[in-house]
Amino acid sequence: MTVLRRIAPQLVTLAALVALVTLFFPDFLRIEVVDGRFVGPVMDIAKRGAQVGLLTVGMTLVVATRGIDLSVGTVMAISGAVAAWAITHDVSLAGTLALALTAGAAAGLWNGCLVALVGIQPIVATLILMTSGRGIAQLITEGRILTFSNEGLAFLGSGDLLGIPVPALIWFAAALAIALLMRRTALGLLVEAVGVNRSASALAGVNAAVLLVAVYVASGLCAGLAGIVSAADIRGADANNAGLWLELDAILAVVIGGNSLLGGRFSIAASLIGALIIQTIDTGILLAGFPSEYNLVIKAALVLVILVLQSPNLAHQWRTVGRAARRRREGVPLSAKAQGQ
Amino acid sequence: MLLTIRSLTKTFPGTTALDAVDFDLAAGEIHALLGENGAGKSTLIKCLTGAYSRDGGEISLEGRPISPRSTSKAQELGIGTVYQEVNLLANLTVAQNLTFGREPTRFGMVDARAQKRQAEAMLEGYGLDIDVSRNLAAYSVAVRQIIAIARAVALSGKVLILDEPTASLDAREVETLFDVVRGLRDRGLGIVFVSHFLDQVFALTDRVTVLRNGRRVASERTADLNRVRLIEHMLGHALEDEVIAHGKTHDAAAAQRPELLRFENFGRRGHVEPFDLAVGRGEVLGLAGLLGSGRTESAELLFGVVEAHSGAARDENGTFDLSSPRAAVAAGFGYAPEERKEDGIVADLSVRENIALALQAHRGWLRRLSGAEQARLANNYIARLDIRTFGPEQPVGELSGGNQQKVVLARWLAMNPRFLILDEPTRGIDVGAHAEILRLIQKVTAEGMSILIISSELDELIAVSDRVIVVRDRRHVAELTGREITSDTIVRAIAAPQAGRQNSGEEAA
Repeated sequence: MTVLRRIAPQLVTLAALVALVTLFFPDFLRIEVVDGRFVGPVMDIAKRGAQVGLLTVGMTLVVATRGIDLSVGTVMAISGAVAAWAITHDVSLAGTLALALTAGAAAGLWNGCLVALVGIQPIVATLILMTSGRGIAQLITEGRILTFSNEGLAFLGSGDLLGIPVPALIWFAAALAIALLMRRTALGLLVEAVGVNRSASALAGVNAAVLLVAVYVASGLCAGLAGIVSAADIRGADANNAGLWLELDAILAVVIGGNSLLGGRFSIAASLIGALIIQTIDTGILLAGFPSEYNLVIKAALVLVILVLQSPNLAHQWRTVGRAARRRREGVPLSAKAQGQ
Repeated sequence: MLLTIRSLTKTFPGTTALDAVDFDLAAGEIHALLGENGAGKSTLIKCLTGAYSRDGGEISLEGRPISPRSTSKAQELGIGTVYQEVNLLANLTVAQNLTFGREPTRFGMVDARAQKRQAEAMLEGYGLDIDVSRNLAAYSVAVRQIIAIARAVALSGKVLILDEPTASLDAREVETLFDVVRGLRDRGLGIVFVSHFLDQVFALTDRVTVLRNGRRVASERTADLNRVRLIEHMLGHALEDEVIAHGKTHDAAAAQRPELLRFENFGRRGHVEPFDLAVGRGEVLGLAGLLGSGRTESAELLFGVVEAHSGAARDENGTFDLSSPRAAVAAGFGYAPEERKEDGIVADLSVRENIALALQAHRGWLRRLSGAEQARLANNYIARLDIRTFGPEQPVGELSGGNQQKVVLARWLAMNPRFLILDEPTRGIDVGAHAEILRLIQKVTAEGMSILIISSELDELIAVSDRVIVVRDRRHVAELTGREITSDTIVRAIAAPQAGRQNSGEEAA
């Protein structure tokens, strides 16, 4: 119930956006079954949104601790490169996935140590890996696009299970798992406490440093998973373009999800709807048939509108307008009565 | 009348913060505004400074009705405010702070020399001899306070509101500040003085207005009041006696308590000189000393906030680890730090979560306290400590200082620690909550908990302590027991051999 109230603004925004896109593209919500697979714009969004969606899960946790992780797009490139390298060097599929995820976790550990132990500001600490990471990925791929033909790995990027695209399943499963981990254990409370007031939390006996490191590791793991999906999708690791600028989409999704960049209360569900909103905008603009050079401008305009509508200042204005309207409604019968007398 | 407030009313969801309050301020008057936490003082001030818009009533300044919509509007009208936590920018120079927002310019650029001149002119008559081109951070809180006053007076110049201005000053600094305030009164300003220190109210003010539960209960000339009557007004019922009076009796034959803990040669270089300290079961240890003398540093060392360089902590099972707050909590310690907002509460989280935090951290993340268990814990302590809140889900940051302190205490009591360290547990909170917290200390120690309390109020230390340790220059210099615990002996131990502390502002100058 409280979860529903928390994500209500994001749900309303998503619904409004869907209505808007449907106006331009009436078949937007239509889902057909082709060869035992569900096909349609909505399924496309669920699949295409997987990469940003996965990054958003980790980013939500990092932001809740008053941090930010700029390196996730780059970490995608690293883990994708590791996956492609391993699978082309005859490592088993399980081994390949383990290696790629380990690469993501290691990147997160590096970030977490810089932030929690060395005490570098998160934006600077993660910027280091953001800039250097693509170099690392290029070293692994030796500067080429490292392609592979392993069907098992490719399945993670473009396969279907029960008619649903595998990336969408991975995304939702990861989000559900982490959301449950946060709320069924005390981690959610502890992360929020550290995000609001690290020193008070530490004095209350919360192991703030370890918690911070863990949050960045989680973000690295999510990015690693996203990198595998990205490489599997194109059956190759592109060190230059995999995950490019996606960290910014992930941050945007967290913000559209109503999570404060100042840390504290967080909602993974709201962030995920934020990611869906971004992907719906991306896909919707294409479907609506605008020339592609308009895409970024329209996207920016829509995001601006959403953020303005959600801003706390405006929420205050809305309440004032609502109260005034109520007073006017209640006032009208009174004055009408007065006139009648 | 300079400022007249009639029937001022302000409501919040679920509560009436101000209920038809009248208030008058004459020019050339220092008017104390008193009341318990939550009585409506802050709300009244916020209505006056435009931070809140009122729901009813009238405010007029020099006979003209006013409705300030923001603090800057209020300043233009002539109402300036100086808060307890000085609202200046420590990383700018004194001159930049004083002229902030109205910098003198020349060819569109800030004219630094005019700025300096202007700042020096603003500080004239305040008895400060400081370099205005140095960063504000170089000066003591007292000096910053006076700079903030100078800025407020220069910007506004009719009404000056001082909200808890003395909370973080020592006695000498308070005297300096009072001289400044009296000077301003003589220049014809109307000054509203909000403070919890009743002695200061009697020393400084001409008139007293007391609020209780959002209503004005008294407005009298200070000279016509005495301390007991004033406290009666504030608490709303005749005090049996002031808690201070029915404190410990300090018989020489105080019962020998079984030893709970012992710290041997415990110390840290540059922090606190090594000391020995034994703690009895159910004992209240007072720690007296001036600010910066090593009081808080001792507490931090005992709780593992900083690690000791030498010595060991020992109980009947041998030595134990105190290298981090987590280790201290595991050893059955609790710590309510001095800076409640920075180090105590987690403001955005609810009362429930704040109370459950230490217990949850101790249990580990896997063994989550369910929402129902947390709520039971919170409701229990809200009732036991009489925490005034809309409910366990209210964010702690919205509570008044005294209630925030109670939440921090509840967090530790929920752990049932054997040794609880309280650093200035009653600073900045009202008389009622003050008495309640002292009573709580007596209650839990009667049940066997041991407490170390740090306080700059000697009366309070004397009332609750079985033993008083005096610190000076980061060294434990005296230990007083039984009949030795009097304000006289403590002050002498603090003062000898030479008065250590200088006014840092003067040093800086």
